[in-house]
Amino acid sequence: MRRTLLFSGFALVLLMSLLSARLVSDGYKVGDVIQDFKLKNVDGKTVSLADKPAKVYIIAFTCNTCPVAKAYENRIIALNEQFAPKGYPVVAIQSNDAEQSPGDSYGAMQQRASNRKYAFPYLHDETQAVARAFGATNTPHLFVVQRQGDQYRVAYIGAIDNSQRDAAGATRKYVEEAVNELLAGKPVTTTSAKAIGCGIKWKDA
Amino acid sequence: MVSTIPIRCILAASLLSGVTLAQDQSIKIIELAQLKQVLDQPDDTLRVVNFWATWCMPCVKELPHFEAIRRAYLGRKVSVLLVSMDDRKDLNTKVIPFVRKRGIRSRVVLLDEPDPNSWIDQIAPEWSGALPMTLIVNAKQKRRTFIGKALKAGELGVIINAHKL
Repeated sequence: MRRTLLFSGFALVLLMSLLSARLVSDGYKVGDVIQDFKLKNVDGKTVSLADKPAKVYIIAFTCNTCPVAKAYENRIIALNEQFAPKGYPVVAIQSNDAEQSPGDSYGAMQQRASNRKYAFPYLHDETQAVARAFGATNTPHLFVVQRQGDQYRVAYIGAIDNSQRDAAGATRKYVEEAVNELLAGKPVTTTSAKAIGCGIKWKDA
Repeated sequence: MVSTIPIRCILAASLLSGVTLAQDQSIKIIELAQLKQVLDQPDDTLRVVNFWATWCMPCVKELPHFEAIRRAYLGRKVSVLLVSMDDRKDLNTKVIPFVRKRGIRSRVVLLDEPDPNSWIDQIAPEWSGALPMTLIVNAKQKRRTFIGKALKAGELGVIINAHKL
């Protein structure tokens, strides 16, 4: 009897933790207004979207360690090279818990950004609050946000393209397509697309 | 597209021994339709279906929990299926050596579908595509648990027991 009680208690706690995990992944939907954030960049300075308002920000949740994120690193750099001169820059955010993924520590982020000469901010979401607010679950996981007045509204959520292994194999370039449509003043046709990626390494509750 | 690499070997081996031999663990390449067929099978077996990849560290870390479930429920109506999301080009060089080295005896298949956005929702609409992901399903009894994160030791058993087999 006591064992059964203990067991149901454990099952209940587990169920609740699973449910809360579900809530976490809710986050922003396409069309939602996002809340600005304040995160530390690899240069030690704090960055907010409001600092130098762009018309569109390409926000990339990514990291140092995930093989998929690594496979997409050059494509994130290329997005910034292509669109930053047009006023649509990339902001990269790293949200993995460094305790579970030491290769994603702030020091390791600084090293990677400098080795790979990131021309965009690489922000440390140390508390994971920004990933939770966005509902980011993967690396890489992209959010294209468009400025309206002093607010940013989500225009696209999801994968960079449909070819994880190499950029050349992509038949759909979701982020590029979305950003080009916004540049042309058109609504985004494909507003979300899923891909296989690494789960964000959440802190132990 | 379906690979027939060593299916005959498995068949022969399992006929001889009655179990899948770790040594002869071979991995079939499947497509979405075949995976859906497994998930929708209208029988009494509770299926524990884990989506993983050799490059996914949290996935690799939790694989022993699935092996433990396979052992614990031997002879009962619980089956474990490990669905590798590795690229099919890595089957012979990475996936098969990995599975052999670890002595994994749960059934392993490699899902070869090129465009994740076209099929992820068909497997689980609540899935973002992040690995690992586990589904515990029985179509006939309408049982379904979605687990969109890595499992810790013991958690899987609790969830399976909650299905009151």
